[in-house]
Amino acid sequence: MAQALFPPLGKDLVGLEGLTREQIIGILDTAEPFKEISERPIKKVPVLRGKTIVNAFFENSTRTRISFEFAEKRLSADTVNFSAGGSSVAKGETLVDTARNLEAMRIDMVVIRHSSSGAARFLGERIASNVVNAGDGKHEHPTQALLDMLTIRDHLGRLEGVKVCIVGDILHSRVARSNIIGLRTVGAEVAVCGPATLMPARIEELGVTVFRRVEEAIEWADVLNVLRLQLERMQAGFVPSLREYNRVFGITEERLARAPRQLLILHPGPMNRGVEIDSAVADGPHSVILQQVTNGVAVRMAVLYLLAGGKPEAAEAAKTEVAL
Amino acid sequence: MSRVLITGGRVVDPSQGLDQVLDLLLVDGQVAELGENLTAPEGTERIDARGLVVTPGLIDVHVHLREPGGEHKETIRSGARAAAAGGFTAVVAMPNTSPPIDNPAAVGFVRAAGMRSGGARVYPAGTITVGQKGEQLAEFGELQEAGAVTVTDDGRPVMNAGVMRLALEYALSFDLPVSVHEEDLNLSYGGSMNEGIIATRLGLTGIPNAAEDVMIARDLFLAELTGGRLHIQHVSTREGVRMIREARARGVRVTAEATPHHFTLTDEAIESYRTNAKMNPPLRSAEDRDAVRQGVADGTLDVIATDHAPHHYDEKEQAFEDAPNGIVGLETAVGLSMSELVHTRLIDLPTLVERMSCAPARAFSLPGGTLRPGSPADVTLIDPDLEWTIDPEQFLSLSRNTPFAGRRVRGRAVRTLVGGVTVWTLPSR
Repeated sequence: MAQALFPPLGKDLVGLEGLTREQIIGILDTAEPFKEISERPIKKVPVLRGKTIVNAFFENSTRTRISFEFAEKRLSADTVNFSAGGSSVAKGETLVDTARNLEAMRIDMVVIRHSSSGAARFLGERIASNVVNAGDGKHEHPTQALLDMLTIRDHLGRLEGVKVCIVGDILHSRVARSNIIGLRTVGAEVAVCGPATLMPARIEELGVTVFRRVEEAIEWADVLNVLRLQLERMQAGFVPSLREYNRVFGITEERLARAPRQLLILHPGPMNRGVEIDSAVADGPHSVILQQVTNGVAVRMAVLYLLAGGKPEAAEAAKTEVAL
Repeated sequence: MSRVLITGGRVVDPSQGLDQVLDLLLVDGQVAELGENLTAPEGTERIDARGLVVTPGLIDVHVHLREPGGEHKETIRSGARAAAAGGFTAVVAMPNTSPPIDNPAAVGFVRAAGMRSGGARVYPAGTITVGQKGEQLAEFGELQEAGAVTVTDDGRPVMNAGVMRLALEYALSFDLPVSVHEEDLNLSYGGSMNEGIIATRLGLTGIPNAAEDVMIARDLFLAELTGGRLHIQHVSTREGVRMIREARARGVRVTAEATPHHFTLTDEAIESYRTNAKMNPPLRSAEDRDAVRQGVADGTLDVIATDHAPHHYDEKEQAFEDAPNGIVGLETAVGLSMSELVHTRLIDLPTLVERMSCAPARAFSLPGGTLRPGSPADVTLIDPDLEWTIDPEQFLSLSRNTPFAGRRVRGRAVRTLVGGVTVWTLPSR
């Protein structure tokens, strides 16, 4: 993919809100050459050699943390993982104190996941290091949306005009917000579908179509991005039962068979098979769920590379450098 | 014998229908005389009030002084002095302290500390229920005997409608107003700002207007049923304003507050996760803000109160959802009210004085709210055209949590007298 110059991302990546189309496409284009590094026997280039990155996970996550860690290690950064359970946060230390301590250790970048919306921005405003948001509360999860977009582009060859419907718990989903913002910025059409109890107030003002019934969404869409239904949502009464959810909103083979066109199926994982998505669909020919995971590493490499001052036009050259 | 003669000011006292240039003589802590060209014997303190507005002392019926338990945020002394610096001569201190003010000894403590403060008068509020748990009524009779002027579980609603009914009925024996924070916790649960597009964009859980409205509706019905005196705090919704208006027209005994922040700001002030704009009830939409303004103008919201809620800076220096609710308000209320309501010609100056002095005194049966001879010599001098910039560093409050830092306003209290004694003067004067 051709590399083009685009405006620098700035110090932090706290969300896709505020990024231009050129910046988003630029990140995706920068990710392209990094994909190949993961296919090599020695998966390492020296792009971030000497840089120190802290993965500060105040909220549990396995796959996002591992994906970032792979991205960092493949760029030769030194990484430290920090999780809230084993930290002084559990002893009552505030986010700002944690930030100051990290800063005092002269680190270069922080990848933060936090249960509070706005936490990444909060941190970014208070420390000089680059901050990458790996998911903040119900706000944004920008690298997930970027990897979703990269995966869609890989398969459909474009993003502009593509119809993407996000299905499930939109209310609590940072993935949905970042996808809505990012996809609309690059010219895709976006819809959301799910129970009204899991739909944020005035969501249509974000420029999305709202489908009440999943059959309508399937009829409309080119791509379904299926979100996980978290069990605690059911316990909190947002939906009456998992069984009912599957019957009304589940993405099943039978429902997909009635689609007017073949749909691309995405899911950010982890999946509840038999709830929001049936196994036959998750493992079926139109599922690109595992490719999303692969693309996740490349996208995160691109983001870290660009925030560290890497030039988009030099990304191709960077991958040919030899790691020592 | 102490004498103070305030000369040449525009005396605005809606309790007597007064709005004219007069002299005001205060003797031994009471208003002695109002008239033209008053004379007084030698030794009388003279205050030249030319160009100033002379009003009955402003009264704020809703402040949090945090003592006991939160002295790092505010003490009764610092709060009473901040009140004086804002032009208030009396405040009603909310009882949601730690421990809560739910017994006569605690009421006595607040009262005594207020008397020693050297600032505004401090009237304690007692809780409606023991420990603010919403279950068992506190001893209203003993609370009142100790000095409580109202009962409220402010900070929390009384969720049990049966308990609320009993509170309104039982308070009748003592003619106590029951002040209520209206919030259905089941509807607001987990919310940290107004429900709407901004909450959706920021990924914050919203609090719908309905969380407030259903409780206002319930309590208006209960006040109608019992004949009790209901005072609704910090109304923030258009539906709430409408229901109060209709209830009052039916004869329900209800008074209600508007706060300067709810008639000035909308939830757009939260952008960028500004914790200094986080409060409960939350800042709402422009339609709600306009309805609150209209409610102040037509008297549906007959009282302006600040809900002064100090917090230490590091408590607000957190991720939005983790930060506490509330802003300081005592020292910004006159500037904001003058700028937003009077200078915009929504209401005139006498109406503002009515909302900030006369009506609060009536609603809580407090001394003051008038300059009639024989009344307490509580007086506020306001420069209606003084332009100034809100600078939290200048606050006498121990806390600085305000979304109004740097805002230009017009109108300011420049001198405050309590019992005929000047307790605060604007330093530059």
